[in-house]
Amino acid sequence: MKLTLNVNGATHEVDVEAETPLLWVLRDTIGLTGTKYGCGIAECGACMIHLDGQPTKACNLNAAAAAGKKIVTIEGLSKDRSHPIQKAWIEHTVPQCGYCQSGQIMSAAALLQKNPKPTDRQIDEAMAGNICRCGTYLQIREAIHAAAKIGA
Amino acid sequence: MTNVDLSRRSFVTSALAAGGGLMLGFHVPVAQAANLVMGDASKAPAEGPEINAWLTIDPKGVVTVRTPHTEMGQGGMTSVAQLIAEELNVPWKDVRAVLADANRHVNRGQEYKDMSTGSSNLVRNRHPHIMQAGASARERLREAAALKWGVPRAQVKAEQGMLSAGSNKGTYGEFASAAASVKLAEEPKIKAYGDWWLLGKDAPRMDVAVKVDGSAIYPIDVRVPGMVYAAVKACPVPGGKVKSFDASAAKERPGVVAVIELKQSKDKLANSDLRSAVAVVADSFYRAKTALDLVKIEWDFGPGASMSFAAMDKQAVDLMGKEAKHVEEVRGDPRPLLAADGKAIKSEFMRPYEAHAPMCPPSAVAHVAKDRVDVWSFTQDVSALLRLTANQAGRDTKDVFVHATYQGGAFGLGNAVDLPRQAVELSKQVGKPVKVIWTREEDTAQARSRPPVWAHFEASLDEKGLPKAMLSRAVAEPNVPAYADRGIANIPYAIPHYRYERHVAASHMPVGPNRAPGSNSNGFLMEQFIDEMALAGGWDPLEWRIKMTEGNERWQRVLLKMKEVAGFTTKLPKGQGMGVAVVESHGSTVGVCATVEVSRRGSLSIEKIVVVSNTGYVINPRAAHEQVKGCVAWELSHVLHGGLDIREGRVNNVNFNNYKMLRLPDMPKVESHFAMSEDKWWGGFGETAGPPTPPAVANAIFAATGKRVRSTPILKHDLSWA
Repeated sequence: MKLTLNVNGATHEVDVEAETPLLWVLRDTIGLTGTKYGCGIAECGACMIHLDGQPTKACNLNAAAAAGKKIVTIEGLSKDRSHPIQKAWIEHTVPQCGYCQSGQIMSAAALLQKNPKPTDRQIDEAMAGNICRCGTYLQIREAIHAAAKIGA
Repeated sequence: MTNVDLSRRSFVTSALAAGGGLMLGFHVPVAQAANLVMGDASKAPAEGPEINAWLTIDPKGVVTVRTPHTEMGQGGMTSVAQLIAEELNVPWKDVRAVLADANRHVNRGQEYKDMSTGSSNLVRNRHPHIMQAGASARERLREAAALKWGVPRAQVKAEQGMLSAGSNKGTYGEFASAAASVKLAEEPKIKAYGDWWLLGKDAPRMDVAVKVDGSAIYPIDVRVPGMVYAAVKACPVPGGKVKSFDASAAKERPGVVAVIELKQSKDKLANSDLRSAVAVVADSFYRAKTALDLVKIEWDFGPGASMSFAAMDKQAVDLMGKEAKHVEEVRGDPRPLLAADGKAIKSEFMRPYEAHAPMCPPSAVAHVAKDRVDVWSFTQDVSALLRLTANQAGRDTKDVFVHATYQGGAFGLGNAVDLPRQAVELSKQVGKPVKVIWTREEDTAQARSRPPVWAHFEASLDEKGLPKAMLSRAVAEPNVPAYADRGIANIPYAIPHYRYERHVAASHMPVGPNRAPGSNSNGFLMEQFIDEMALAGGWDPLEWRIKMTEGNERWQRVLLKMKEVAGFTTKLPKGQGMGVAVVESHGSTVGVCATVEVSRRGSLSIEKIVVVSNTGYVINPRAAHEQVKGCVAWELSHVLHGGLDIREGRVNNVNFNNYKMLRLPDMPKVESHFAMSEDKWWGGFGETAGPPTPPAVANAIFAATGKRVRSTPILKHDLSWA
């Protein structure tokens, strides 16, 4: 099925089965590999993207359902790592293996968009869908607070 | 903390820059190659003369250090660069890191000595030869300057990238070419321990910037021209084989290239031997995976099919009541004393199988071409990967090129998979580059998981309430039973009569190393029994440990620091509790003090974890504290939520919906302290804060509730109290 996808401001014409998860279209068809596969069942958050501004797990969304919507991936968050979340992530050396961090960053960016000064509890709620096996959770929490300050 | 300009914190990575010609003749499109070459797309890799296998220096003095070890989140690139820069004496801001080339290592006489990554060995055991490479480069720079200026080398200073002797001055960059051809009559010694300007200071990890914008490349991200994708399914019961399969429905699916049976290579399988499996190769991973679901496979499950963990547990419990044949009598024979004591303390504990579940599911790309083989893969040792690729492809090691990528976690699983052989074999058969991705389900089902362990303890106390006799009897699984010995066979506590013995319970499940192997589970068993002995004898558990390790400098340092910083007390109101535990592993002694709260209804909240580490020395405090927090999270995840559900010979909880992980809301506050011996020995940092965490939490739960948690996952137990 031919679909038109708007990813990071660019238009992509793709020809895939309509039920193909958006995750695999982004990675294999369009070539944006920053969005990660972790579980395929919307449990780990490694595939988090923004769909019309809402944090969305791309492994659990049919590509056809994303057509006509505004998709933002980690590659589109900023051109030069200048999003407050990215700056804070670097300053607080959050990533270890780094694999889950695209998803963590997209969840955190969506949180700040909605709530520029989140409390610890609000951070817990917003980030509970993202698993990190290296255990960078404390640095993530610190960096979100730091980004809230940069963003202000 | 070292003050480093952020714009210079982006360092280059990947093997492509290392060794210059690694990618020669390999036609990767420019955009993709750039992504692979450069951690930071805004900076080209530094080029310049190679002073030795470990580093190059460009004309501007930028030093590019080649890291032979895997970067899997533990900070290996930063550690190697720091060790080299210390000896080379070059400003940290001028240091870059790349991953080293396995081909030259394997084919030019092991230039990096050892490229494996594990057992917390990198800094602990490899610092002498890594620092020596930096020292050697520095001396050759000095010698080159001495020759040019006509002065003895002893008069040439080498400091912060500058060479000088009297009025003569020059940069490392200017002398790099000359230094590259200098041969030293005698290699220099490395610096004395502690006599450092850079080691011991905070260095922000070098691989951070590329991990915040999606540009870091993991094996799953590698794309090469003409590449096809494969999904694989090995027998869900380890040891089982494909009997037959019907691929007719799969072959009709769009994009399917081939359905291939992978034959098991040996009768008895070791770590990376190819297992019996079916693979579907297609033009996208999603098509391969959905087509594989349509292949009807009939399995010969083999003898493991009837095994369950419940049955294994039953056998282990039975064995714990019987004397074992495998014995290590450490000191004296406690048995007569225990038999004579009508009030001997007796106790039993268990921890189950656990999976690694690295966030990046194991993935590999292989391209078996006419004259060369290229491979990118999940691994913890690129040289071992190169050799097994050569073996599977039937090629000479000279013609095999392993391209380093970042690893999305590994935790000990990196050398224990047949995944790269699958990719090589499939590429050989379809004549194209093939990317194999294990689904999360395949990863959990096929991992060489962390072994379970059981232990029975008995102790007899003297008139002071201290143990005079103790017996430890572990039950191990059969594949790597010695993991059960760690921290149980030898204990630091001065108990006059001590005996350790070990049984083995039957299982067909493959096992392998998993962050702090052996110690990770054993600490939970031993350090809870220590608390039981201390409390039975009327001792404060922390004071007991201090008393029982008198004269043991490493442990005393940790315990006394713990006493100073943790505020440990046994006098909290019911429902609140503190617990301590200390475990020695990977050359380090690490103590944890946990504070918990348990509601009357049994809801557990871990308030705080205080960690005190004695690893001898610490080269990068900032990175070390980050590893400590990660280790705590790793063990909390397993101890609270984990446990593989094995029935009918297979793992049944194979994804995160039923194999639960620690998440951000569960993460307690962690305070990390050091109590370093600084006495010419080094321990590891990447895994050692894990093992004492579970027993400290369990001891705190006992203090809060009076309930002793004898097995994990903790959250399956009723912790309510009245």
